[in-house]
Amino acid sequence: MEAIKTEKLVKKYKDKTAVKGLDLTVHQGELYGLLGVNGAGKSTTIKMLSCLTQPTSGDAQVMGHSVVKASDQVKAIMNVSPQETAVAAKLSVRENLEFIARIYGSDKKEAKAKADKMLEDFSMQEIEKSRAATLSGGWQRRLSIAMALITDPEVLFLDEPTLGLDVLARRELWNFISGLKGRMTIILTTHYLEEAESLCDRIGIMSRGELRAEGTAEELKAKAGTDNFEEAFIKIAGEGVQK
Amino acid sequence: MRTLTFASRNTKEITRDLLTLIFGVAFPLVLLVLLSAINKSIPDGYGPTNFLIENLAPGITVFGLSFLSLFASMLIAKDRTTSFVLRLFTSPIRPAEFILGYTLPLLPMALVQSLVCYACALFFGLQLSANLLLAIVVNIPIAVVFIALGLLFGSVLSEKAVGGVCGALLTNLSAWFSNIWFDTSMVGGAFETVANILPFSHAVKAAQATVAGDYTAIFPDLWWVIAYAVVLTVAAVAVFAAKLKKN
Repeated sequence: MEAIKTEKLVKKYKDKTAVKGLDLTVHQGELYGLLGVNGAGKSTTIKMLSCLTQPTSGDAQVMGHSVVKASDQVKAIMNVSPQETAVAAKLSVRENLEFIARIYGSDKKEAKAKADKMLEDFSMQEIEKSRAATLSGGWQRRLSIAMALITDPEVLFLDEPTLGLDVLARRELWNFISGLKGRMTIILTTHYLEEAESLCDRIGIMSRGELRAEGTAEELKAKAGTDNFEEAFIKIAGEGVQK
Repeated sequence: MRTLTFASRNTKEITRDLLTLIFGVAFPLVLLVLLSAINKSIPDGYGPTNFLIENLAPGITVFGLSFLSLFASMLIAKDRTTSFVLRLFTSPIRPAEFILGYTLPLLPMALVQSLVCYACALFFGLQLSANLLLAIVVNIPIAVVFIALGLLFGSVLSEKAVGGVCGALLTNLSAWFSNIWFDTSMVGGAFETVANILPFSHAVKAAQATVAGDYTAIFPDLWWVIAYAVVLTVAAVAVFAAKLKKN
């Protein structure tokens, strides 16, 4: 089944077209990497798919719900971990988690149980009473991702989840994201190519608002005629290899 | 449920900033104490009637509520600068729930502020009566006017700009046009007309009439305030919704 299907999705900002008639399909349970250089249109695409901004034209279905006509239904079944750490600074780690669970409809008891699980999954029990503002960048990022997962979303958008993390924290997060494979549909944007190559089932490369190529990392390398993924990316994103 | 959950988060954000809380309650108190002391040193019959404690105390409670605009605008404008708001915008919370969630935590603060102010005024000769409790209730729609103004400005202006607009400009304008410090009819002309159009002087008159036990005089002015409270709250929701769509 298709978790996400965009139909000629367009986003224009005044005289600039950020996304040009995007047709993209992501299957249920898939971990899909959306790559591109800055300004390629991937963040705008994520914004439209997560109902943060409305398409200028076209539409997208998220688990069968239109982002244009049924944004309430889309919002209820997906969650986002934004690029920058998105936590309530003056709330504790536990309060942040329970707050998100409750605005997605959990009662007090359920929110507490879900927070307990997240604290355990992300090894945050020792800091559960610490205010988010006092945590290091790595812990804040971890909390931000836990806040996206606590609602058990059917579709999860991870926007640059490992940006700014040290090597160990990044690798730990990779392992966690790998563990989510199959449980939910994940759209991952990243500038770390080895992250996409290692984690993603399929990868789409965007350039100048268009999807230039998509497939597995191996398929993309074959398409670009190289056995190095970074070179493949540069070739596709830079030269605009046709899909 | 979502509104109360969001309001609970905002309550924690406000109450964990002790400096704001102390400033919000203490500043009107300092003014009340200073002006009451000045008024006491003026011989009876020579001072302005505005500074008689039965007029001054309700006026200061209304003036104190103008600081809620600053708190509300700072809260919403600060949220808008963080990625946390992106998370909220992608959640099922609706614009009206956002605005209510920002409004509700500030109402208890308004009640505490008014209660403390009237309690302090008792030491300066204000008569203790049930009217004071009623006056605290009358201050609720007045508080909503100031909160909605703050949310309206906080929805469109930056965190830095709202400090100037709500902290300096609005506080001063609401004071000048309020009849607290001087009678606007003494200035007359366009100034008095503007004062009568804006909600601030009506708010003060309603509060003063309540403290005086002049019940028939409360409502013409309070209706004016309630109408402003409704219109400004609806406007805040509409502007917030528009900002959300424009994201």
